[in-house]
Amino acid sequence: MTNLIILPILIPLLTGAILIFLKNRIMAQRVVATLSAITTLIVSFLMVHKVRNDGIQSLNISSWDAPFGITLVSDMFSAILVFTTSIVALVCLVYSFKSIGVEREKYYYYPVLNFLIVGINGAFTTGDIFNLFVFFEVMLMSSYVLLVLGGTKIQLRESIKYLLVNIISSALFVIAVAYLYSVVGTLNMAHISARISEASTNGMPGILTVIAVLFLIVFGLKGAIFPLYFWMPGSYYAPPAPVLALFGALLTKVGVYSITRTYTLFFYHDRDFAFQLLSILAILSVLVGVIGAIAYWDVKKIIIYNIIVAVGVILYGVSVMNHTALTGSVYYLIHDMLIKAALFLLVGVIIAITGTSNLKNISGLITRYPGLGWTFFIAALALAGIPPLSGFVGKLLIVQGGLEVESYIGAVLVLMSSLLVLFSIMKIFINGFWGEDRTYEGEEKAPVKWLLISPVILVVISALYGIGSESFLPYISQAAETLLDPSIYIEAVLKE
Amino acid sequence: MEVLMSIVVGILFSAAVYLMLSKSLLRIIIGTGLLSHGAHLLILTMGGLKTGAAPLLGEHAKVYVDPLPQALILTAIVISFGVTSFFLVLAYRSYQELGTDDMDQLRGNDQYE
Repeated sequence: MTNLIILPILIPLLTGAILIFLKNRIMAQRVVATLSAITTLIVSFLMVHKVRNDGIQSLNISSWDAPFGITLVSDMFSAILVFTTSIVALVCLVYSFKSIGVEREKYYYYPVLNFLIVGINGAFTTGDIFNLFVFFEVMLMSSYVLLVLGGTKIQLRESIKYLLVNIISSALFVIAVAYLYSVVGTLNMAHISARISEASTNGMPGILTVIAVLFLIVFGLKGAIFPLYFWMPGSYYAPPAPVLALFGALLTKVGVYSITRTYTLFFYHDRDFAFQLLSILAILSVLVGVIGAIAYWDVKKIIIYNIIVAVGVILYGVSVMNHTALTGSVYYLIHDMLIKAALFLLVGVIIAITGTSNLKNISGLITRYPGLGWTFFIAALALAGIPPLSGFVGKLLIVQGGLEVESYIGAVLVLMSSLLVLFSIMKIFINGFWGEDRTYEGEEKAPVKWLLISPVILVVISALYGIGSESFLPYISQAAETLLDPSIYIEAVLKE
Repeated sequence: MEVLMSIVVGILFSAAVYLMLSKSLLRIIIGTGLLSHGAHLLILTMGGLKTGAAPLLGEHAKVYVDPLPQALILTAIVISFGVTSFFLVLAYRSYQELGTDDMDQLRGNDQYE
């Protein structure tokens, strides 16, 4: 079963290819896509357990030895991210059945959805920097199609901007890889790490610091950190709810993963400059995010700006780079993927009922939709990090880690940001769910019961993740240990 | 040789940035084309331009040029072809639907001002 590691990439790829042939048979597409998503979920669950029991798994494709061929590497960090991706993908798929509309389903919605998952799982699993670029492109190409599918005016307009920003960041990625290749002469991530640490006996050479910053720019554009987040509020506003949930939960997190991976594996020698820069940008992202989240009266925009806050909080934990903060970051990353997907899906239900995303035109939903109301309330508390729920442990560890290295400003700002996040999300709850009951056009047609299944599942998982954090913590802690000590990763790949 | 190529790549990048900051959508797409040319030439340059035989084992040469950057470029070229053709069709569709190729008129926040 050494090939277990490749299955979360292979299964969606084959499914996507098969679904292309079932263009007009929507029921068949739905069944095949669901079966494959469930299989991926099971396989990725087995992968997590294998990594837990046997340590880092690596697979040399075509049996070429490690630095020469492409290696797939699954450490605990990758494995749990792939597992979370599979959960989010499955629930978004189930949500799509009643919300995306037959027209889109007939035009290759499910195949492209599967290719998106291929790109994301591949990016999480690969151990080769150029292969990471290729999986990024698989993911981005699918996201362009998902963003524009349907072809309404706002989608066309925002797709142009999203496409342009990502073409530029991809070109920068190629440039960064070219520079890195000319300095270290290899593309395998473990081998790069080994070569960089050979070259950094007396501190990292200046050129590598430049490359570190270039990687930060590239992945920051994907992951929407300050000041590279400008494309996100507009672009994420355009697509329909399940696509938005996939984007909000997964795409930016791939950027965050890549920053974490490159900074903990390659550039950990440069605490003075690169990590300082990362820390400052992370804190500024938190600030910009909360300003945006409290400024808008649009339910989608509020949650979109909350993505930027979460990205900032996670990266602040990474920039602190001790065991406590990294554990917190990994924990918060998983929590945020689950809860952002849940919130976007809930916002999708609200929009399906009311037909608008303007908060000023919505009120009194709780009288007729109590289930929706209380699910949203719990999700909101989880987002802000209220103790029994999942957002608490991650933020606690990040703040604690920040205080351990006496980074008081960052830690306090992360704490303060929770308050404003809570305010921004409670604004939706108080204005949208309380107040006088009103009726909306087209309300009866909305399949609310079906649409509620997915977010409820996600909120339940996230609540269990928070309440049972004690039993998840060994896994998270193992992920943080590998991130903190690159030699574990290098030995597993190069097998010296 | 590498110095000369670096200067050429620099010129390509500046032309690309200039074009991408303009108003017309087609100029922007031409800019992305130049940007990917620059990036591909940069990979080739950064892989080293020492003289050697073409990477074919039938040449029986003592030294070959580095084959890895060439494979990377080939991959990057087809990816950028795919993305560029998608971008061109998207520009065509949006010209049909929105009736303009002026980026100033594609601004957006008309809903909640």
